[in-house]
Amino acid sequence: MSTPTIAANDAGIESAGPARCLTCRECGAEYPLEARYACEQCFGPLEISYDFVGVTRQSIQAGPSNMWRYAGLLPVGPDVNGGKNLQPGFTHLIKADNLAKALGMRALWVKDDSGNPTHSFKDRVVAVALENGRRLGFTTVACASTGNLANAVAAAAARAGLKSCVVIPHDLEDGKTVTTAVYGGTLIEIEGSYDDVNRVCSEVASDDEWGFVNVNLRPYYAEGSKTLGYEVAEQLGWRLPAQVVVPIASGSLMTKIDKAFTEFIKLGLVQASPYKIFGAQATGCSPVATAWKAGVDVIKPQKPNTIAKSLAIGNPADGPYAIDVANRTGGAIEDVTDDEVVEGIRLLAQTEGIFGETAGGVTVACLRKLLAQGLIDPNADTVVLNTGDGLKTLDAVSGVVGPTATIPASLEQFRAAVKEAGLS
Amino acid sequence: MSITVRVPTILRTYTDGAAEVSVEVADGASLADVLKALEANHAGISARVLDDNGALRRFVNIYVGDEDVRFTDGLNTPVSAGATVSVIPAVAGG
Repeated sequence: MSTPTIAANDAGIESAGPARCLTCRECGAEYPLEARYACEQCFGPLEISYDFVGVTRQSIQAGPSNMWRYAGLLPVGPDVNGGKNLQPGFTHLIKADNLAKALGMRALWVKDDSGNPTHSFKDRVVAVALENGRRLGFTTVACASTGNLANAVAAAAARAGLKSCVVIPHDLEDGKTVTTAVYGGTLIEIEGSYDDVNRVCSEVASDDEWGFVNVNLRPYYAEGSKTLGYEVAEQLGWRLPAQVVVPIASGSLMTKIDKAFTEFIKLGLVQASPYKIFGAQATGCSPVATAWKAGVDVIKPQKPNTIAKSLAIGNPADGPYAIDVANRTGGAIEDVTDDEVVEGIRLLAQTEGIFGETAGGVTVACLRKLLAQGLIDPNADTVVLNTGDGLKTLDAVSGVVGPTATIPASLEQFRAAVKEAGLS
Repeated sequence: MSITVRVPTILRTYTDGAAEVSVEVADGASLADVLKALEANHAGISARVLDDNGALRRFVNIYVGDEDVRFTDGLNTPVSAGATVSVIPAVAGG
């Protein structure tokens, strides 16, 4: 893989690749590439600024079949693929003709990120965070999680030989707690909501002893989400889709899809073409959709109450920026009820053989709602993201799907049962 | 009465590195009064937390006890003796 030659960063220990500094999104203040996430001047979020060198379609295609093919566009060194990480990414982009037909659309793809090592897109962000955590000298990594991130941090820490401390709300699905605990490490349940978890972690992170992937390492972490956008464009044949539907929890993913497309255009890797980015929330936790519909960009926090627990962030950090992306690209932000979420999960499974988690149900259901509202064009190329695996959220559908029949071991009974089911 | 204020890393330049400081306010005081007392002891700190109009900055969360003041009465949220006020950057999580 052809990668740019980059000098050691300010820490002087290891290369952070093309990353140049941290820059405040609000006031533009710049900081060295250290464990810092909020601007000292205005508390605004910090983002990575880059000097990209020599990234071409050829250099990317010569890279590994995982997210590190985009190492030249991330805050990681050129040797990252050989390191002790989970090598996530380059998941399938599936041409979803059956789902398109069911929804009356011309061309639809599902970007299925349940194919990652711990079955959600969080492996991408954790991979970038841990590379930088290690570079900055942390020996313990931690996170505040709604579940998918918990899996990803615990697993990636195990692979990297780092200690981990994962903090979650107490009421998560077994498919997220057992699948975190199995990797070892410390797992703390907080008797409260995700927002309570986040507060505790933010206070702990102030001591700077641990690398919290989504607190003091958040600028690095968030960049990992760009690779979802890069992959969509590359897998479509180096072009941008006209419409993308993205689930919103903190709002970060939506902003990074936009950043990925913008960077690909600036670097000449795709032709500049208009694209609209749509956000999807569950009605039971819809602070961003509520603000967007009201025409404001000030988020009023909510107390979440939805089965889409992976999206249940009542006080989303990047909400204002997600609204900006929707407005700037001509998209929209919609929300759907829990019943619609379940219908969305079933529709995706029954039409495409993809069992998405509740967040996937949210995006598919929002796609359907936005089509009905005329806000999504059924004739324009559209990509919908499935960010996690339905096996983690079985409870969401276990009450509405199950065996067609339970019968004695008898040929006659079998024939009667399949006839009853309409199969014969 | 005495109120404990937890200070995030990025504001500790105003508190000589202290992660927690105490302020004295009158009985019946509000969060706004706590911030005024904090400013009196640590000049410049309130401008980091409040915008030019005196409102809480967009990317700052303040908790009185365990409650986010955006769910209560904002800067008018009452504080009681022995309460802890936590100032936390909002751009975390997700």
